[in-house]
Amino acid sequence: MEEQKRGRIVRVAGPVVTAEGISPRMYDVVLVGDLSLMGEVIKLIGDKAVVQVYEDTSGIRPGEQVTNTGEPLQAELGPGLLSSIYDGVQRPLPVLKEKEGDFVSRGVTAPGLDRATKWRFVPKVKKGDELQGGMVIGEVPEGNLVHRVLVPPKVHGRVKAISEGEFSIEDVVGELETGHGLTMMQRWPVRTPRPYAEKLLPDIPLVTGQRILDMLFPLAKGGTAAIPGGFGTGKTVTSQQLSKWSDAHIVVYVGCGERGNEMTEVLTSFPELEDPKTGKPLMGRTTLIANTSNMPVAAREASVYTGITVAEYYRDMGYDVSLMADSTSRWAEAMREISSRLEEMPGEEGYPAYLASRLSEFYERCGRVKTLSGPTGSISVIGAVSPSGGDFSEPVTQNTLRIVKVFWALDSKLRERRHFPAINWLTSYSLYSPILEEWYRKNVAEDWSSLRLWAMETLQKESELQEIVQLVGSDALPEEERLTLDVARMIREFFLQQSAYHQVDTYSPLKRQYEYMKAIKKYSELAKKAISLEVTLDRVQALKCRANLGKLKFEDEIDTGLKEIGGQMEAEFSGLGV
Amino acid sequence: MTKEYHTISQIAGPLVFVERTEPVAYGELVSIALPDGSTKRGQVLDTSEEMVVVQVFEGTGGIDKASGVKFLGETLKMPVSKEMLGRILSGSGDPLDKGPPIIPEKRLEIIGAAINPYARDNPREFIETGISSIDGMNTLVRGQKLPIFSGSGLPHNDIALQIARQAKVLGEKEEFAVVFGAMGITSEEAQYFMKDFERTGALKRAVVFLNLADDPAIERLLTPKLALTTAEYLAFDLGMHVLVILTDLTNYCEALRQIGAAREEVPARRGYPGYMYTDLASLYERAGRIKAKRGSITQFPILSMPGDDITHPIPDLTGYITEGQIVASRELHRKGIYPPVAVERSLSRLMGQGIGEGHTREDHRAVSDQLYAAYAEGRDLRGLVAIVGKEALSERDRKFLDFADAFEDRFVRQDANEDRTIEQTLSLSWELLSALPVESLTKIDRKLIEKYHPSGKK
Repeated sequence: MEEQKRGRIVRVAGPVVTAEGISPRMYDVVLVGDLSLMGEVIKLIGDKAVVQVYEDTSGIRPGEQVTNTGEPLQAELGPGLLSSIYDGVQRPLPVLKEKEGDFVSRGVTAPGLDRATKWRFVPKVKKGDELQGGMVIGEVPEGNLVHRVLVPPKVHGRVKAISEGEFSIEDVVGELETGHGLTMMQRWPVRTPRPYAEKLLPDIPLVTGQRILDMLFPLAKGGTAAIPGGFGTGKTVTSQQLSKWSDAHIVVYVGCGERGNEMTEVLTSFPELEDPKTGKPLMGRTTLIANTSNMPVAAREASVYTGITVAEYYRDMGYDVSLMADSTSRWAEAMREISSRLEEMPGEEGYPAYLASRLSEFYERCGRVKTLSGPTGSISVIGAVSPSGGDFSEPVTQNTLRIVKVFWALDSKLRERRHFPAINWLTSYSLYSPILEEWYRKNVAEDWSSLRLWAMETLQKESELQEIVQLVGSDALPEEERLTLDVARMIREFFLQQSAYHQVDTYSPLKRQYEYMKAIKKYSELAKKAISLEVTLDRVQALKCRANLGKLKFEDEIDTGLKEIGGQMEAEFSGLGV
Repeated sequence: MTKEYHTISQIAGPLVFVERTEPVAYGELVSIALPDGSTKRGQVLDTSEEMVVVQVFEGTGGIDKASGVKFLGETLKMPVSKEMLGRILSGSGDPLDKGPPIIPEKRLEIIGAAINPYARDNPREFIETGISSIDGMNTLVRGQKLPIFSGSGLPHNDIALQIARQAKVLGEKEEFAVVFGAMGITSEEAQYFMKDFERTGALKRAVVFLNLADDPAIERLLTPKLALTTAEYLAFDLGMHVLVILTDLTNYCEALRQIGAAREEVPARRGYPGYMYTDLASLYERAGRIKAKRGSITQFPILSMPGDDITHPIPDLTGYITEGQIVASRELHRKGIYPPVAVERSLSRLMGQGIGEGHTREDHRAVSDQLYAAYAEGRDLRGLVAIVGKEALSERDRKFLDFADAFEDRFVRQDANEDRTIEQTLSLSWELLSALPVESLTKIDRKLIEKYHPSGKK
């Protein structure tokens, strides 16, 4: 560590403090005032440094001391990240509670990783091995998976010694011939992306178990998605469902400027949840970062970077990570707030002019990559945006849409009808569908894509017919078109609607999704035949199999039900003469 | 002895600029002695060695450049005590009711620290308000913040009062303590509240803060913080369950904009400051429950949407922080329906945690989803009827159309003194739903229909 420099405060205006005499570099972390509040240098003018402080500055006065740590904001990376709950600058919230009580008071520091815990380290390299940055030197069991201890990216050399046993994260577990000691923990500046060998094409889907997402608008592992929505469209529930059910190894959930009570719901529900694949607690593969809306705005700005750095660290071990940033609008607002305190020239709607580049830099840190040591890992980012006034033309939404490949358009009209997830099937899109087609064909069913296309066409046709119905009423349509409307309704109500609170319905495996849609299509084909034989639509609709198809999704024996319903349909339709 | 400065260099709007001071702390309390002998209070907004900017709470009227400025060496604290219950205080915390001054048991910072998210407890105790459109469709839980989005001329005050009167937790006898923070409301409105508090005896368990329309706008920025600090003391120190009613947040935000403009800040949307989200969050987020503490804070902020525009920055930002909203409907109000709750636009985000088995009844979620869906369908059909006439509708559609009317007339409408239990609300729901074809009740599990559907448990 460089020599720490001391200086003094000359001005305090809210979270922005001006100091002199610390001769820092940009983004160095400084400790402000007698309370040692953590802050970051964001501007240098002459010999003065403008510091953005992560905590409330009430009571701080000019003349108090400022200490420069000489280092940028860093995250501590190592065993112990999983099941942790941090604030935006990686202070563990449970530790803060223990130290300071129920309210977050100022100037409290606690290291991100616990120093006392002993971890069982098993080396994977031996004396004399040549090491490069990013290579695995050993393994530690952590939560539900194996934590691979990596050589820090810029370190290399020949192993002089390495040991097995119980260690804390600061203990030296090995040494290089250069004299460099290896520990299980490393630090990384959060605003700098961690290096990798190369980026790969994202051609494997992130399976979420949410029918509308997997079937119609899939996200690739290493892909980017945005969920916008005015408030109350079910954005939070959707992103929580994704955390619970997506098939990523690791979930990083960044609650950025969101509600305290909702964060509590996450904090209390995650530990109770089981990981559907391992049966172990879901927290064992999760890191939560919670910076609620009333916690300091500067820490909110940092929280997104802290989150993605943790995600990158696990990606470098060869894991698939999904990062939920809820919400990037709050993050952008934090930028705006700080920018306006700095009296910077504003861009659109008061946001700083660098909004677009900050957003794209962030999303660019995701992707499926070949890591430095060889295996592949990925980070998929799902960013929630909360457009003010539900207006999608506002700058955060627009700049985000220019970057992301998947758009899950949450819709308040659908919410009003209690259509959940309230994702609009006409305005949403996924640019990954063509890339993922082959995977679905190999792993689920040959005709997955054509089934998807059929569903989309039916829904599209419905919206065209709806316009006519608005004018003349549905009775004026020919029977065949009324059938299309009915089938589209079945797709919407039976397939697209999915209850996050129902124990069976909450997760739908790909195979089941496929069978379900297939059954609806079969009904549609049989019904079409029936109508061409002059059977009235009312009689077709009255068939038991139609109603059964709708109720099936809530039944415990849904998979057997789906197998049997085909036979029931054939029997009932043959009763109509088909 | 605190030093008095006579170095005011500039006065602009609510701000006073003082030069050549000793180091002054950010947020420090200031007292200004006017030439006429009176004093005003303020707070430091920006401090450097050359210049200190003071925001004056009671407005800068009467301050001249010769006025004496004292920095009091501490940030704004308020005295709190149990004796505050039953008292009426001004917007800056001074007694208005000719009662004795409050003898503090504690002095608390009015800018509350954020509750550590890890220390929060999940709000899940159902609050029965006795209003069907809230209990049934937008259920409130203890520790929630649920604003009423209203418009001028709508009876939001009556709704708030009815909730304050009737709110209870099932199986508990204890009543809520009420902290009422009025910001910039007219004295007529204030009297309306006070009268109701007195009539129902609620005043005994209430603390009232009144900043009226003719009080300085800047004081409005203080009022909700005082109210919430009091609420926190009652809830987390004394273990009471507290309902906080804040009205009208729109006036608060106007004051925020006024100060921002006076400080020549770069404005964000519609001239409101860029930090309005954070500022509002620092109020609303002071609701909640804390693990291992008995008390709770439930918030009912009321705001009037300028021009009934829900996308206006004030309701918009509020909606992003609060756990849902109750929207008052002008359309229902015109139809003479009280309470005019626009069910389709209202939402309680914490509803899921407070309903169902063990809280209300197992069928609550399904029933409310079905009511929502059917009501939305019926409302859509109204548009169609306007074009093609009722005769052109199918039998099924006609039933949905009638359902929407019945829903408004019987479910939403109730008397201002009518206190419906959740059982009553749910059986009324089934009664209304039974007018629809059973097979169209797709949101409800088969088992529940068999158990609760009035048409003979099929």
